[in-house]
Amino acid sequence: MTNDMPILEVRDLCTTFSRGGVALPAVRDVSFNVGKGEVLGLVGESGSGKSVTLRSILGLSRRYGDVTGDVRWMGQDISRMPERKLRQIRGRDIAMIFQEPMTSLNPLLTVGMQLTETLKAHTDLGRAARRDRAIEMLDHVGIPSAASRLEEYPHQFSGGMRQRVMIAIALAANPKLLLADEPTTALDVTIQAQILDLILSLADELHMGVILVTHDLGVVAQTCENVAVMYAGRIVEQGSVRQVLRTPRHPYTVGLMRSVPQDVPPRTQLYSVPGTPPSLEALPAGCAFAPRCQNQTEACLSARPTLETISEGRAAACFNPMAIAQGEVA
Amino acid sequence: MTQTVMEIRDVGLEFPLPRTLLDLLNKRPGRVVNALNGVSLQLHKGETLGVVGESGCGKSTLARCIVRLYEPQHGSIHFDGQDIFGAGMKKDRSYNRRVQMMFQDPYSSLNPRMTTGQILSEALKVHKMRPEDEIPTRVAELLELVRLPQDAAQKLPHEFSGGQRQRIAIARALAVEPEVLIADELVSALDVSVQAQVVNLLLELQERLNLTILFVAHDLRLVRHVSNRVAVIYLGRIVEIGDSETLFANPSHPYSQALLSAAPSINPDDKGEAIRLEGELPSPLNVPSGCPFHVRCRHASDLCKSEVPPLLAQEGRGEVACHHIEEINQHA
Repeated sequence: MTNDMPILEVRDLCTTFSRGGVALPAVRDVSFNVGKGEVLGLVGESGSGKSVTLRSILGLSRRYGDVTGDVRWMGQDISRMPERKLRQIRGRDIAMIFQEPMTSLNPLLTVGMQLTETLKAHTDLGRAARRDRAIEMLDHVGIPSAASRLEEYPHQFSGGMRQRVMIAIALAANPKLLLADEPTTALDVTIQAQILDLILSLADELHMGVILVTHDLGVVAQTCENVAVMYAGRIVEQGSVRQVLRTPRHPYTVGLMRSVPQDVPPRTQLYSVPGTPPSLEALPAGCAFAPRCQNQTEACLSARPTLETISEGRAAACFNPMAIAQGEVA
Repeated sequence: MTQTVMEIRDVGLEFPLPRTLLDLLNKRPGRVVNALNGVSLQLHKGETLGVVGESGCGKSTLARCIVRLYEPQHGSIHFDGQDIFGAGMKKDRSYNRRVQMMFQDPYSSLNPRMTTGQILSEALKVHKMRPEDEIPTRVAELLELVRLPQDAAQKLPHEFSGGQRQRIAIARALAVEPEVLIADELVSALDVSVQAQVVNLLLELQERLNLTILFVAHDLRLVRHVSNRVAVIYLGRIVEIGDSETLFANPSHPYSQALLSAAPSINPDDKGEAIRLEGELPSPLNVPSGCPFHVRCRHASDLCKSEVPPLLAQEGRGEVACHHIEEINQHA
């Protein structure tokens, strides 16, 4: 919405893990910007590097792997920032919510304690003010009788309510960017709709940027402005949601969209991308998608296409992108 | 034309919780989880019946009752005219063969220490499907049926991906030549593209082997795609059942309407007229009186709070359990 300076700039982010001396390139050359109040979707199948990208931004992958590239937060490079300084930003300016509301809360501490802990670390509010703020946050995310529920433990909350608590904790310090890693995957559709509405309205109210990682194209279509599609650790297509979902150019995006059973005659064969995603230990020499691609040529097998701008705000990494008419799916 | 293979009548199941100290002090009986509260449905030969609902609504419990993993306290289930919990049927292993179940989690439903070959031949041996010396040929046939490579027989489950494991689960179920398959969230743990492959396989096999499938899932788009008829379950009760296309295009019960409108469309311009449900599924420990949906329903009246609406056939729709069905759909 606001198109001034991006708050987060990611340039050529690479994260490599190693297992038994074998290098596993989990994320490769990922670049994107997030503006104030922008909701960016990151989609792909399991193992495509979506979650690792989020964790690398916050410096959570450092201990396990090798992270290179630039992550600029408000113009400041945080990718090489020492852990102590990074802690000032993590949780305060950039907050993260994780996929499983069941395992990301401490079962031994009351919800109130977990909420006020964040406030203690990141704000200079006094004890009473922290409690008030905690109640206000629980209220804000739609938890009824917030004051009494502060004394309760995570197991006394349902899945949807726990995810709300997670959001309340993440938002307690008024972050400017929210990293949401599959926030609704473990929830029912009705609760999913409530949580997504909540994140969107908060993003709107607080002018907060959001990176939403998901594997559900429906969620992306309904909530995001921009989207990046990932395959085998790389972004293969990027652009506004409307453009990408209306006229996908990368054959992988097309394959993903066609395998969603929507607007196809019932009980007919669904389209599925032939083959399986490559393992990170044995990525093909050329384009990682080439062995499964219908538009594959000689060139795809030997050289890797880079992410090129095809039109205003639109990029795809493909030597033979789908023609507009061909890519028409919706 | 439609032949009923399975008749489920008014099935109710409750799980008692252990009595807590507080219950003992207050001289109260222990609490019970009301998982199923009178579910009736019929399964027709060769059809796919989709079962949808939120987690905790009893859809998996229903599936488990059908394969006799749980015995319901009320009601009956008849297969081919015989009560499956009747004295004669209980000793009869052939029911276990004719009705097969496939589970949700491909990582915990296969024995990690048995090769695919052993998994498949065990099923064949238990039900004496083939003489000993023909078993390897049959295993090879089964692998081909679910399109797994022949060398899969020597491999252990951890060597396969999630999609391949679900194929093994399908092969295991089909090994004993069943008539009815119960698929409990068969593809929920898989990525969309893999999901499509497994669903295609299931549809194709159904056609070829004339199978009847009960497809339990929470992914509404997928259920719409595979099912002939769909049942919507809320707190252990069917609130609406009917032809899949009619129900999805034009849901009648306020819960079905809300549930279906919550599923996000992949078309960014189709924001839909979202009907947002307030609150969450009430706990099955404490099922609301009357219509179980009345606490979240915008059309609820006093009648809804006191009386359970019966499941009645509606003109031009399926069967719906709602007191205010006519008014609601007049406005729609």
